[in-house]
Amino acid sequence: MKFRIIKNTIKQGLQGIWRNRGMGVASISSITAVLMILGIILILILSINNFVLETTAKFDTIQIFLEDEVTEETMAGIEEKVKNQDGVISILFQSKSQALDSFKDDFGEEAYLLDGLEEKNPLPDSYIIQLEGIKYSENLVNMLKTLDGIEKVKYDKDVIDKLITFADYIRLGGIIVIGVLVFVSVFIISNTIKLAVASRRREINIMKYVGATNNYIRGPFIIEGILFGLIGAGISILVVYYGYEYFFGLVSDRLYALFSVFLVAPKMIFKDIAIMFSAIGIGIGALGSLISLKRFLNV
Amino acid sequence: MIKLIDVCKEYNNGVKALSNINLEIDKGEFVFIVGSSGAGKSTLIKLLLKEEEVTDGRIYLNGLDITRVPNRRIPYIRRNVGVVFQDFRLLPNKTVSENISFAMEILGAHPREIRRRVSMVLSMVDLSRKASSYPEQLSGGEQQRVSIARAMVNNPPVLIADEPTGNLDPDTAWEVMNSLNDINARGTTVLMATHAKDIVNTMRKRVIAIDGGRISRDEEKGGYTLEV
Repeated sequence: MKFRIIKNTIKQGLQGIWRNRGMGVASISSITAVLMILGIILILILSINNFVLETTAKFDTIQIFLEDEVTEETMAGIEEKVKNQDGVISILFQSKSQALDSFKDDFGEEAYLLDGLEEKNPLPDSYIIQLEGIKYSENLVNMLKTLDGIEKVKYDKDVIDKLITFADYIRLGGIIVIGVLVFVSVFIISNTIKLAVASRRREINIMKYVGATNNYIRGPFIIEGILFGLIGAGISILVVYYGYEYFFGLVSDRLYALFSVFLVAPKMIFKDIAIMFSAIGIGIGALGSLISLKRFLNV
Repeated sequence: MIKLIDVCKEYNNGVKALSNINLEIDKGEFVFIVGSSGAGKSTLIKLLLKEEEVTDGRIYLNGLDITRVPNRRIPYIRRNVGVVFQDFRLLPNKTVSENISFAMEILGAHPREIRRRVSMVLSMVDLSRKASSYPEQLSGGEQQRVSIARAMVNNPPVLIADEPTGNLDPDTAWEVMNSLNDINARGTTVLMATHAKDIVNTMRKRVIAIDGGRISRDEEKGGYTLEV
């Protein structure tokens, strides 16, 4: 008996979709639109995230400049202490003249400008420390500050901090926008379904009089809502995925190879957006139906 | 079967629709409820269907005090009461037999049982040959008989009809009355609110007149108006 009711419910849900095709198209369109916007925002956030990760990963070196009259002993001490620090991969000594050479390299053809500096080289000796990751820098820098013979520690904490804060804001903003979008879409869907429900008000009314329970009446509408959500999700997954793949291909093939490094690869997000869109689509559809039915069930 | 004890109904806007209604209707009775518009007939029917809550008093239906039944149990009460309305309330996109089976489907009845009952109630109202017609292809009287068949398909002990002939011309009104009479003859209690004077006068059933929210007359084999 229970099973027959479930079967009836599904049958009526499907019938309802077919009989109210226009409403269905409207509902599905709005779910699709919302999910597509959501997808674009999602890709944007993921890409910015990716960009920040990639960029901060590049700031995993610290350079320490030594005072001019530093003794071999102090240098050995510094090397020893740095090597024992967590997260240090290597420490490399760069002498005054090596520093000048690399400086000249940077100048390229204009290197002649630096001619004559060899006799009184103003550049200091330095160590370049390679870290496993940016997170180790803070401790290392604090430790270095306690050592003698170091004139200056150069690392890009400010830049990194700014980037990380920037990424945090973007993520937060994205989540807020997504939240608002989901809210708005539940509202839109519930209004669209409300029209569908209103056109079947009579039917609901009769069902109430012949003794149908509220759950029995809700059932088909919720199934409709869920199916609208799933169809909307399916369409938007395809559009967002293939659209993005096309865009990604365009960008990495022709325009800015550099830029595409920061974009997330389409394949990596397919599963995520598929799961996320389906869940949100179903949620919006079911919730929209529930909300819109509330008013009509009080007979 | 139906018993009202000191039933009062006051709407939220302060309108006192019914006051101190005491009424007992036995199983198998046929009762007309008459009264001018706004006298309280509709309110009485709404209370019996638990569409409105009583302000005071008790209503027993089949021995169950429905004023104490929680809202979520209302559907189960309504399954024991068939209802027929003035405007038929048939679904235009369903055939006659679909309209009727619909009332059984919601209870999860077996398809074979549904088919059996549907053809039974259709023959009861003499519409077997119209089973696959759509409501708009039927006359008003036929549509009302379909709605009676729908009300009876779950075999409720009580049938409530709210001005079932209100939209019909006198001849078709009699078709409907004959169906109701048949149903009553099979043992169903029928309660009918009506304005149809000649029907009441011809049928000579129990008449309960409501005036200003009170029962002004309760007469066996009565007429539409008090006859001295």
